[in-house]
Amino acid sequence: MRFLINSKRFNVFADIIFKPVLVLSIVLLIVGLIFAFFLSPDDYQQGSTVRIMYVHVPSAWLSLMTYLIMTVYSIIALAFRMPFGFIVNTAVAPIGAIFTLVCIISGSLWGKPMWGTWWVWDARLTSVAVLFIIYLIIIFINISFENVRVREKIAAIFILVGSINLPIIKFSVDWWNTLHQPATISKLSKPSIDPSMMTPLIIMTIAFIFIGITIAILRIKTEIITRENI
Amino acid sequence: MSLRYQRLLLIILSLILIITATMLILYNTRENISYFYTPSELNYSNIKINKLIRIGGFVEKNSFNKVSSSTFNFRITDDLNSIYVNYTGILPDLFREGQGAVIEGYFQNEKVFNAKTVFAKHDENYMPSSIKSKLENSGYWNKNY
Repeated sequence: MRFLINSKRFNVFADIIFKPVLVLSIVLLIVGLIFAFFLSPDDYQQGSTVRIMYVHVPSAWLSLMTYLIMTVYSIIALAFRMPFGFIVNTAVAPIGAIFTLVCIISGSLWGKPMWGTWWVWDARLTSVAVLFIIYLIIIFINISFENVRVREKIAAIFILVGSINLPIIKFSVDWWNTLHQPATISKLSKPSIDPSMMTPLIIMTIAFIFIGITIAILRIKTEIITRENI
Repeated sequence: MSLRYQRLLLIILSLILIITATMLILYNTRENISYFYTPSELNYSNIKINKLIRIGGFVEKNSFNKVSSSTFNFRITDDLNSIYVNYTGILPDLFREGQGAVIEGYFQNEKVFNAKTVFAKHDENYMPSSIKSKLENSGYWNKNY
């Protein structure tokens, strides 16, 4: 597992898995979309609009997952002086930002027909908007300082401060009254979603994970090369 | 203790402090963060006549009246208390009796709420429409979906 903390080993490992991961993400995305559009049923309440969920929920999960990865790498990089952690942070921040943006846009398109509004300032929507702004600030930090050693540390500390937003997003629907409904899947009890709708959701989530890994491999490799040439 | 574990300890301590500070802020401003009041959370202290607020709950069964083509009145309930709501405008597709809704508007007096905007709230349950009709046919459809 040393490829997770060492640039050289990462490069070797990434070259092996890149093609399979790329093929897998394309195949999974096609299969997932076929399931989402043709093989899954209409919801009893929302009709066909429920299909937005198959893009909205995976991108929401991925936006949180990306930030979680950045948080872990920030702790390790700062505490154990591990340069690869900073490289990963710089590389994946834009990926997380894009997932957050997809989540916000698809949620907005879903909100208009269902709730009757594109956007409200309830706790869930606001905290996700804050997550997007945090991602933007991290990206700006990563491009604003001349000195790599300085900017990567500032970015990592900022990531740690911003990580407080993750539990707020997760539990916002339980702690406060929100227009957004509570979680369907993460409850300890049986998920309140039918298996025929769970299948496309899971396929799409795995597809999004593999798409994220594909872009991350490319961006991390680029970042490694960029830093070698400074 | 080696330097790297001192740094790790420092990071963890800072994180705990940040979390504590944030939680204190959120806990003490929770009334303002909540998007709406439920009928039971409303009492004489926070009912302010003619002030814009949001209330939320379920549309009470058998309370919906269509006064004219775009004027409606209904009651919003949380099973304990309920509030009488007047609304003129377009209702969202999901709006129906038994369905969750959030209403933005103001109290005309302590009993009557004038709605400016109505949002439908949907729950976290997802089910194919074919199963719903099966459940209805077999008489198992009694849950408040």
